[in-house]
Amino acid sequence: MLNISKSTLILVVLGLIAPYVLYPVFVMKILCFGLFAMAFNLLLGYVGLLSFGHAAFLGTGGYVTGYLVMETGLSPELGILFGTIAAGLLGAVFGKLAVKREGIYFAMVTLALAQLAFFFFLQAPFTGGEDGMQGIPRGTLFGFIDLNDSLNMYYTVLAVFLFGFWLIKRTIHSPFGQVLKAIRENEPRALSLGYNVNDYKWVAFIISASLAGLAGSTKTLVFQLASLTDAHWHMSGEVVLMTLLGGMGTLFGPLVGAASVVTIQNYLSGGELGNYIHIIMGVIFVVCVLAFRSGIVGEFQKFMKKNFN
Amino acid sequence: MKSIKPQMLASAIGAAISISAANAAGISGDTVKIGVLADMGGVYADICGAGCVTAVEMAVEDFGGSVLGKPIEIVSADDQNKADVGAAIARKWLDTEDVDAITGLVASSVTGAVTEITKEKGKLALISTSASHAFTTKACSPYNAHWTYNVVALANGTVKPMVQSGKKKWFFITADYAFGHALEGVASKVVAENGGEVVGTARAPLGTTDFSSFVLQAQSSGADVVALANAGSDFVNSLQSAVEFGLTETTDVAGLLVFTPNAQALDPEVAGGMRLTTGFYWDLDDQTRAWSKRFKERHGSIPAMGQAGAYSMTTHYLNAIKEAGTDEAEAVMAVMKQNKPNDFFARNAYLRADGRMVHDMYQVRIKNGSERSNPDDIFEVEKVIPGEEAFGPMLDQCNFVASK
Repeated sequence: MLNISKSTLILVVLGLIAPYVLYPVFVMKILCFGLFAMAFNLLLGYVGLLSFGHAAFLGTGGYVTGYLVMETGLSPELGILFGTIAAGLLGAVFGKLAVKREGIYFAMVTLALAQLAFFFFLQAPFTGGEDGMQGIPRGTLFGFIDLNDSLNMYYTVLAVFLFGFWLIKRTIHSPFGQVLKAIRENEPRALSLGYNVNDYKWVAFIISASLAGLAGSTKTLVFQLASLTDAHWHMSGEVVLMTLLGGMGTLFGPLVGAASVVTIQNYLSGGELGNYIHIIMGVIFVVCVLAFRSGIVGEFQKFMKKNFN
Repeated sequence: MKSIKPQMLASAIGAAISISAANAAGISGDTVKIGVLADMGGVYADICGAGCVTAVEMAVEDFGGSVLGKPIEIVSADDQNKADVGAAIARKWLDTEDVDAITGLVASSVTGAVTEITKEKGKLALISTSASHAFTTKACSPYNAHWTYNVVALANGTVKPMVQSGKKKWFFITADYAFGHALEGVASKVVAENGGEVVGTARAPLGTTDFSSFVLQAQSSGADVVALANAGSDFVNSLQSAVEFGLTETTDVAGLLVFTPNAQALDPEVAGGMRLTTGFYWDLDDQTRAWSKRFKERHGSIPAMGQAGAYSMTTHYLNAIKEAGTDEAEAVMAVMKQNKPNDFFARNAYLRADGRMVHDMYQVRIKNGSERSNPDDIFEVEKVIPGEEAFGPMLDQCNFVASK
């Protein structure tokens, strides 16, 4: 019944042993951003839509979860659930407006809407403005798993991540996913075959936004903090970088990209090169776009195909 | 019960005792590690940044480089003025690198996030440059020590004497985020308490470059004093606009938070004559001059108040470890609160139960160009404000103090 591919199995095993080898919070950060990038990749890689406003969904998930858990004392699983739903609803509104346009206009519409969301979070009284929400309690999952223990938190994040991974994999291999790819390859043709292209795009947008919200909600519990950084357009740019670096339109690419970007940032922020972090990331981006366009995983797949098939 | 042998029980108890003894005394990880977390390359880099690292290094060297026979280590990182970046670094330091205390701490948002983590992990947060008074009131923790200054001291030091001298109508140009709001709130209260009134406020986003519309609002308000509740480049830009529009000719302009590097960067024509409150000035007496000279030799510029504060608090912290015989946070904090810090920076000082370090503040005037004998000669100290007058009484907002 369970049709698990070799690569997925490797991912699960690596995920299970990672906290014993690496610092758990670091791995959790990679998983959260990995999920975020995978959600983004669902749109960019499989429908061909470049959203430049995904930070809004990451931020919404984070803020809603943070607010509910901190102010109303909701349990973490419900907090994550409502954070995800909130991001999905926002995605439904944004998506409805954005899918009417294509290409650069689509990107600009999402960017503009995300900026609206950003300024809402900046000014709204419950978000704490520039300070963000701090000291969000992790709480106990289902009433008996204490998330303050970092291993419990880790395996919760891993479960959330694998759920997101499964959902995305399921989506792109479903008939629905086939239609999405058809839209990516040739939209007029998909339209002429009788598919309501805009509705397909809209549903994909909602799934992507919800998963981005799920990543934001989980991240908020990990770091016990929701801040404007998550909703800022820099974050929307960063997720583009992660996806392109890892390999757009591949299942594992965004995760590899997120892991690379987070590792580079982590490594640089503590060292002498801390001041040049943005320049270095920019150079990497340029090199990636110029030299290996299909990203780390994409190039690897090409290499395997060429030499071992 | 039969299965438990007496020897086993005895050894278990012995082990338990030795573990608790290890917790109660000694140095964790065989080294005292101090983490300096600050903005190293952004808008606040000049007022703490690398200078704070230098100050902490000097404090450690002056202390002899070791305490209780164990070496003292310093690590530092750039928080980029982002709460999440700072929090991630702090968490990593405390979880994996065995850091005992985090100092530096500039932007109030970062400090807020970091102090939540230090509270959770039971490690010390030694705050050198943050302005918000929340860390010793609403968001206080038994692990916080807030040195140098806060918004209350700025308002009491700068606003109060001006209101009392007859400047009753106030207008605020405020940085539109938590720090600006806190500063404006405290300052407005001081204005009202002394019989003045706030005739208007204009909120400018952080990083505004064109202040003309805000200055025009201030000009048409009929205020006696226009107070700038902002800092860093916002302060510099808003003051320059005020001068360009001739606001300074008709009304007083008060800078509520001015650091020496900002004052130094401004043209004396623009800033000369302005009065402000500071926690430290290098040219106060022989002691401050001697230390500042050493600092300048290493760092290249005169110390800002937070940098001098970082030296003072590190020294006090290390002395407390020596006396407590351990680097365990609660024991060290108890000694820090019991012993009065006394050095070139901390005058008539003590660390209050809520973590606020109360010490003498200074009301200074920015010198005009003709009064300056060298580029570092920027302030004239007009008045020493006794600590209790500046920081005010301890408010009943800190839960752990009330519960004791």
